Order: sequence, then structure tokens, then C-alpha cells
Amino acid sequence: MYLARVTGRVVATQKYPGLTGVPLQWIQPLDEHGKAMGAQLVACAVISAGPGDLVHYVDGREAALACPETFVPVDAAIIGFVEEAVANGVRIGRS
Amino acid sequence: MFLAQVVGTVVSPVQIQVLDGHKLLIVRPVKPDGSATGKTRIALDKAQAGVGDRVLVLDEGNGGRQILGDPKAPVKTIVVGVVDYVDQNGRVVYDHRKSGGRA
Repeated sequence: MYLARVTGRVVATQKYPGLTGVPLQWIQPLDEHGKAMGAQLVACAVISAGPGDLVHYVDGREAALACPETFVPVDAAIIGFVEEAVANGVRIGRS
Repeated sequence: MFLAQVVGTVVSPVQIQVLDGHKLLIVRPVKPDGSATGKTRIALDKAQAGVGDRVLVLDEGNGGRQILGDPKAPVKTIVVGVVDYVDQNGRVVYDHRKSGGRA
């Protein structure tokens, strides 16, 4: 599980049937300083979040388990909205 | 599993149900000498760890689901132990008591 910031939305009208109704969002993984860590990626949003929000997501097979339909081709899913993260005494908040 | 340093906490008021009631920690993977290695993660705390602790982290889904007792829990990263000391080639490279304890 990783910390990330939502940077945008991805809209795909035609997609795998089990993914109908699951929003897709662009996220940027963050390190403990709130700085970008690695490349941006697309994740399924199981809980509602929007651009600028801080979230945590799970990758790998577990991402599909978080979706309403659990046998779906998904490798990243946003599973929580982060109100506040504090690392080394420094607060990482919503941008 | 890997060694990590707990560097912070996460407050998440809206999240999937299986995570409710659990503490989330920001963990930074480290080598025994304390230097950073790998990507910083968010882990579910199952060992009463706190900021400043050196911990043992499991980052694998099946083990995670077993710990939570839920065969469908989408949880991967779990703190499963607080490290007392690390011995490498007969030499103690990390000792909790000498590290100053919790920050």
C-alpha cells in the first residue's frame, strides 16, 4: 500500500464488463516527504476522491479484491482517502 | 518481509471497511544500518508499533489476508513485528535499546 495524490481523471466508456461504474483516476505515488515517487499510474477509485486529494492505494492482485467485482483486470485501486499524513514531524496534506 | 523504519502516521477517515479500526503507518524500507532502500509504503499496524520504531513488514497479499482472517481483504502491507536487534555476521548492526527508542 502506498501514499498518492490524485492528479486527474481517466474516462473510458468501453471497458471490461466487470469494471462498469468504477471510476478511473490518475495518481502520483508520494514518498514520506510528499514528493513524487516513481511514475504516475491509473487506479480504480473504490472510494470517491478527486484531483488534489491525498489517498492510499493498493497494487497487485489485491487491487481487484477491493473492487465491487473481484475478478477483474485491475492492478491498482484507491482504497482510502487520506485527511492527514505526518512523516518526520512534517504534515503532508491536500494540495 | 523487510526491515523498515516507521516515519509517520496516516489519518484516513474514509476507507474500505476492512481497514476500519486499524492504525496506518508510513514505513520506509531500510538496510540494517538504517540507510533507506526501496519505496516508502503505508502499512497496517498489527504489532503496536509507533513512529521511530524499526519494524518487520510483510508485503504480500495472502499472508495479509490470513492475518486479518478475511479471504477477500485487499490488504498487502502489514507491520508484523518490532525489531529488538539485528545481528549480521556475528556483529550487532542495530540495537533498539541504543537507537534512542521512539521519536
